Amino acid sequence: MSVITENTAVAGTPPKPAFRINWIRLAPVLYTIGLFVIWEIGVRISGLPHTILPTPTRVFQAIAQYWSPIWKNSLQTLYTTVLGFLIAVAAGLGIGLFIGWSKSIYAGLYPIMVGFNAIPKVALVPILVIWFGIGTVPAVLTAFLISFFPIVVNVATGLATIEPETEDVLRALGAKKLDIMLKVGIPRSMPYFFGSLKVAITLAFVGSVVSETVASNNGLGNMMASAQSNFNVPLVFAGLIMLAIEGIAMYALMAWIEKRMTGWAHRSTMSQ
Amino acid sequence: MPLVSISNVDMRYGGPQGTLAVSGLDMAIERGEFVAVVGPSGCGKSTLMKLVTGLHIPQAGVVTVAGDRVTKPVSIVGMAFQNPTMLPWRTTLDNILLPLEIVERHRHRLRANKKEYVAKAEALLETVGLKGFGDKFPWQLSGGMQQRANLCRALIHEPELLMLDEPFGALDAFTREELWCVIRDLHASQDVTIVLVTHDLRESVFLADTVYVMSARPGRVVAEHRVPFARPRDLSIMYEPAFNEMVQKLHGEIATARAVA
Ligand SMILES: Nc1ncnc2c1ncn2[C@@H]1O[C@H](COP(=O)(O)OP(=O)(O)OP(=O)(O)O)[C@@H](O)[C@H]1O
Ligand SMILES: [Mg+2]
Repeated sequence: MSVITENTAVAGTPPKPAFRINWIRLAPVLYTIGLFVIWEIGVRISGLPHTILPTPTRVFQAIAQYWSPIWKNSLQTLYTTVLGFLIAVAAGLGIGLFIGWSKSIYAGLYPIMVGFNAIPKVALVPILVIWFGIGTVPAVLTAFLISFFPIVVNVATGLATIEPETEDVLRALGAKKLDIMLKVGIPRSMPYFFGSLKVAITLAFVGSVVSETVASNNGLGNMMASAQSNFNVPLVFAGLIMLAIEGIAMYALMAWIEKRMTGWAHRSTMSQ
Repeated sequence: MPLVSISNVDMRYGGPQGTLAVSGLDMAIERGEFVAVVGPSGCGKSTLMKLVTGLHIPQAGVVTVAGDRVTKPVSIVGMAFQNPTMLPWRTTLDNILLPLEIVERHRHRLRANKKEYVAKAEALLETVGLKGFGDKFPWQLSGGMQQRANLCRALIHEPELLMLDEPFGALDAFTREELWCVIRDLHASQDVTIVLVTHDLRESVFLADTVYVMSARPGRVVAEHRVPFARPRDLSIMYEPAFNEMVQKLHGEIATARAVA
């Protein structure tokens, strides 16, 4: 008895957690601040003119100064990117399921997809402009074209790599192809799908900004291009910072969705 | 007329130049019989299971189940494979209920009678010693526990023909004996035909009515033994001399089959 009470007493004494700083959680913030500080000091010491490399303070000044156009163009870029990305998600899921449906479709279409993916999407922008004119539409389409490939590949791979034993167990019960897809294939490919969203959203930004840079009158890409032709380098960097912020935010959102939707995949691989 | 008959079956994997897994295989399994299949590793035992369930169609010979020639997967079987194939995104209970979502006879009744089926699954879990683990995910179970859940999944839809491919492979000796008794009682209480593939010769003699010994690859039946011990059998028969004699005889035959290859 006494041993037990002693034990609980020991366990009951809380270690003092109140004063501990969680360095791991703070690390991203600290490192980011560090990066900006080094950048600031580096530029000041080397005396580079701000037309070549502006200091971060200069960049933030530019953000404040041009806030209204920056905000408008940021929203525009976010809008084209997300729209293109959403189309990519829908099309990628659909095409991925189609390709992964059977081994022969997979074998036949996969090389075509790889070939298509090898085309630099920038090269398609002029064609899109011929078809749709400059502006939002080619930006959305470029974002879509560049980001749907990883989604397709991941969904199709998830389907095509069902363990034969699992398939056998179901087929021995009289399962049709559709049953196997619904019960095993699709749930199984979901971690691949949600994992690919992080890659896809990042690529979607590449697509929309590239298209805006060469063929649009608005969006961050266009803003940076015209700022550059006016030698307004701080504004170019302001655009970059905004892109980075949007990119991080969307990436974090996708990572969160992935974790929410497919927690089992993380836990089951972790426990192995 | 036997429930399962296999006559002069050849099965080759991977085209005409591929591996010949079984050749000239003959077997007849009566309704209600308990059959064990033993043989050297890689001799085509799992292949035999897949031929009977219609997952593979042989290049030569005929397999019939319940009077019909097998040309596509037959739906009266329950199957438990060597490696448990639990789906990691489903709880153990939902994994066990999976066959009911597939099998024609049950899938339309499942939603309306969910309670009844869940109760049945829980009763099965209890028989294999997994009471209360239904809401755990497979990756929260040990390997042996997954195998036991796998067994429940093979039984849930009350198949007429139960195909067990080394279902007790990863279990400790005590759990294994416990599950032998579960299977033995199941066979005694229900009208079910069981085919059990195993490496454990004591297991085969303890459980089966007939033990088939297969040759090394390409597999065929080299010997067929009727197990003379009366049912119900108790675990203690394993200490009887006649039991051990039979085990040793089987052991010798498999050793010869291996040496021939
Ligand atoms: N899908 C496959 N493709 C090609 N060859 C296969 C395939 N499955 C089995 N084989 C071959 O067929 C032979 C018999 O395999 P099988 O799995 O039936 O053996 P087994 O008797 O079950 O062995 P074990 O006791 O080790 O489980 C082996 O030589 C194996 O290499
Ligand atoms: Mg095998």
